[in-house]
Amino acid sequence: MTNTDPQGQPVPQAPGTNDSSYSIDIEGLNKWYGTFHVLKEINLKVAKGERIVICGPSGSGKSTLIRCINRLEEHQEGSIIVDGVELTNDVKNVDKVRREVGMVFQHFNLFPHLTVLENCTLAPIWVRKTPKKEAIAEAMKYLERVRIPEQALKYPGQLSGGQQQRVAIARSLCMNPRIMLFDEPTSALDPEMISEVLDVMIDLANSGMTMLCVTHEMGFAKQVADRVIFMDYGEIVEEAPPEEFFNNPKHDRTQLFLSQILAH
Amino acid sequence: MTDTLIHTRLPDRAPPASETGIIHWARTNLFSSITNTILTLASLYALYVLVPPLLNWGLLNANLAGTDRSVCDANQGGACWTFIKVRFNQIMFGLFYGSNPDQIWRPVLAFFSLVALVIPLFFDRFNYKGMLSAFILIVFPFIAFALIHGAWLGLPVADTSEWGGFLLTFVLASVGIVAALPIGILLALGLRSELPIVRGFSVFYIELWLGTPLITVLFMASVLLPLFFPAGVDFDKVLRAMIGITLFQSAYVAEAVRGGLQAIPKGQFEAADALGLSYWKKMLFIVLPQALKISIPGIVNTFIALFKDTSLVSIIGLLDLLNMSQTASKGLEWKGYDTEAYLFAAFVFGICCYGISLYSRSLEEKLDRGHKN
Ligand SMILES: Nc1ncnc2c1ncn2[C@@H]1O[C@H](COP(=O)(O)OP(=O)(O)O)[C@@H](O)[C@H]1O
Ligand SMILES: [Mg+2]
Repeated sequence: MTNTDPQGQPVPQAPGTNDSSYSIDIEGLNKWYGTFHVLKEINLKVAKGERIVICGPSGSGKSTLIRCINRLEEHQEGSIIVDGVELTNDVKNVDKVRREVGMVFQHFNLFPHLTVLENCTLAPIWVRKTPKKEAIAEAMKYLERVRIPEQALKYPGQLSGGQQQRVAIARSLCMNPRIMLFDEPTSALDPEMISEVLDVMIDLANSGMTMLCVTHEMGFAKQVADRVIFMDYGEIVEEAPPEEFFNNPKHDRTQLFLSQILAH
Repeated sequence: MTDTLIHTRLPDRAPPASETGIIHWARTNLFSSITNTILTLASLYALYVLVPPLLNWGLLNANLAGTDRSVCDANQGGACWTFIKVRFNQIMFGLFYGSNPDQIWRPVLAFFSLVALVIPLFFDRFNYKGMLSAFILIVFPFIAFALIHGAWLGLPVADTSEWGGFLLTFVLASVGIVAALPIGILLALGLRSELPIVRGFSVFYIELWLGTPLITVLFMASVLLPLFFPAGVDFDKVLRAMIGITLFQSAYVAEAVRGGLQAIPKGQFEAADALGLSYWKKMLFIVLPQALKISIPGIVNTFIALFKDTSLVSIIGLLDLLNMSQTASKGLEWKGYDTEAYLFAAFVFGICCYGISLYSRSLEEKLDRGHKN
C-alpha cells in the first residue's frame, strides 16, 4: 500500500493534440464496492488514436476501471470525461458516451437468440436509427473486416469461440465507435483461436482507433501499444511505452508480475 | 529419413445383438431387478383386472342409440353415452345454445375462425406474424363477442349469464391468460426494477395474489366488488370473473417470468447497455425473448392449472364445462347418470390440457433448436 506511483506524471501525447482533445480524461477516480476500495486515485489521460494496454494481477481492478468508462460501473469520486462528455448520473450523458464507446467482453456476450447479422444490426437500427438496409450493408462490411461474412446467418452457438469474439468485435464496430474497450478478449479462448482475434485487433489498432485493452497478451502489447499500464490493488502502479515497460520495469511489483507471466 | 507410422482407422461395427431389440429393451426397462420385476408383474395383473370391465362398460356394452333414458335404463351394464349425445350442445355451449341448437353456428364459427387465424402463426415463413397476432389479440375478441353474444349483429341475444359449458371455460381461460401475460411480464420486470416504489408494489401485488386461493378471489369479485360501486351499477358476472381471474393469473405469470429473468446472464444486460440500448429496448429485444423462452414451461403450467380452475366459477353461479355436465345430470330426465357426465368433462379437460402441454413442448424444442448447436 505504500509504494504508490507518483501521480500526475507527464502523459505521452499523440503529436498535435492538446488537453481538450483527450479521448478519455480520468481524474482522481475512486470507487468502492461497499467498503472495499477497488479503484484508488486513478488519473489517466488517453489521447485520440492512442492504444493502451492495461495489465495486472487478477482482482487488481482492471475490469472495473474500463467498465467505469462506459458506466457499466458507477464511480463515487473523481471525474471521467469521455470525448468531452462527463459521466454523471445524467442518463443523457451516459447514452451519449455509450454510443461512442464500444466494448468487447471476455465471454463475448453475444445475443444467443439472434443471428450474427441481427447481433450486428440491432443497435445501429434501434439506437442510431440507421435504415435497415444500410445497417445490413454496414454490418456485412464489418463482418468481412473480421473475416467471417459467411457466418452472417448463423446463430452464435454455432460458431467457435474465436469466431464469436470476432462477431462481438464486429457488433461493436457497427456502432461506429470512436473508442473501443477490450476486457481480456482472448482469455476465454482455446489457444489456437487467440491469434485470429488478435489479428483483428491489430488491424483495428493500425486503423487509428482509440483502444483500451485489458490483456495479458504481451506480444500484442509490444506490437501495437503506445503505452502499457500496470495496475495492482486498485492503483496504477506504472505506465510506460512497451519497450521500456518490458525491458526495465521500475517497480518491484511490476517486475514480479512480469516475471510471473513471462515465466510460463 | 525415419519411417512414418501410418494409422488406418478401424471401421465402425454394429453393436452386439444383446444391446438392441425388444428383448434388450424389456430386460433393461421391465426386468432389470427383482423389485422391478415384481412391479412389472403387479402392474400387468392390475391392468388385467381393471381394463376388460372398463372396456365392457365404456365401449362394448355402452348405449348410444335413442334420445332418452329408456335405452340406458334397459341396459344398466353399459355406459349411457346417449345422455352425452342428447345434451352435447348444452354441455359444450351452455344453456342458451343448448336450447337454441339452430344458433350453434355462432360459437362454432368464432372458434374455427380463431383456429384459422392462429394456424399461420405456426409457419416460420409467414411474414406478418406481428400484425396477425395483434389482430387476434385486439380485434378478434370483439368479433367473437359480437358473434357469441349476438346483440351487435341483431342476432338472438345470448346473454353472458347464459354462456356456459366448454365455451365459458375456454373464454375465461383464454381471456385470463392473454390479459395476464402482459401484466405478469410488467410485474416481473418491476421485481427487478431499481425504483423502490415499483419494486415494492410488484412484491406486494404478487405476494397478495399468490397467498389467495382463486375461489376467494372469485368470491370477492362477485360479492365485494359490487360494494365499491353505486347501487344499481351491476356489471356483468362473466366480466367480473374475467377480471378476478386475470388479476390472479398475472401473479403466477409474473412468478414464472421472474424465474426466466433470473436465468439470463448478467453479460447479456451489460452487452445491451454497452451498445447504448435503452431500458425498454434492452428488455424487448434482448432480455424478454430469452427469458420468456425459459419461462414457457412455467407459464404453460400455470395456464393448465387455470384452465382446470375455471371450474371454481360455480361459486359465483356460472356453469363451466364441469358444472354444466353436472347440472345436466341432475335433472330428472337423466338422474343417476352423473358418472358419464364427469367422465365426459374429464375427457374434454384431459384432451385440452394434453394438447396444451404437447404444444409447449414442441415450442420449447423449436426455440431450443433456434440457437444452440
Ligand atoms: N460487483 C462487485 N461487487 C463487489 N466486489 C467486486 C465486484 N466486482 C468486482 N469486485 C471485486 O473488485 C476487485 C477488482 O475486480 P476486477 O476489476 O474484476 O479485477 P480484474 O479485472 O483486475 O481481475 C476484485 O477483488 C473483485 O473481487
Ligand atoms: Mg477482469
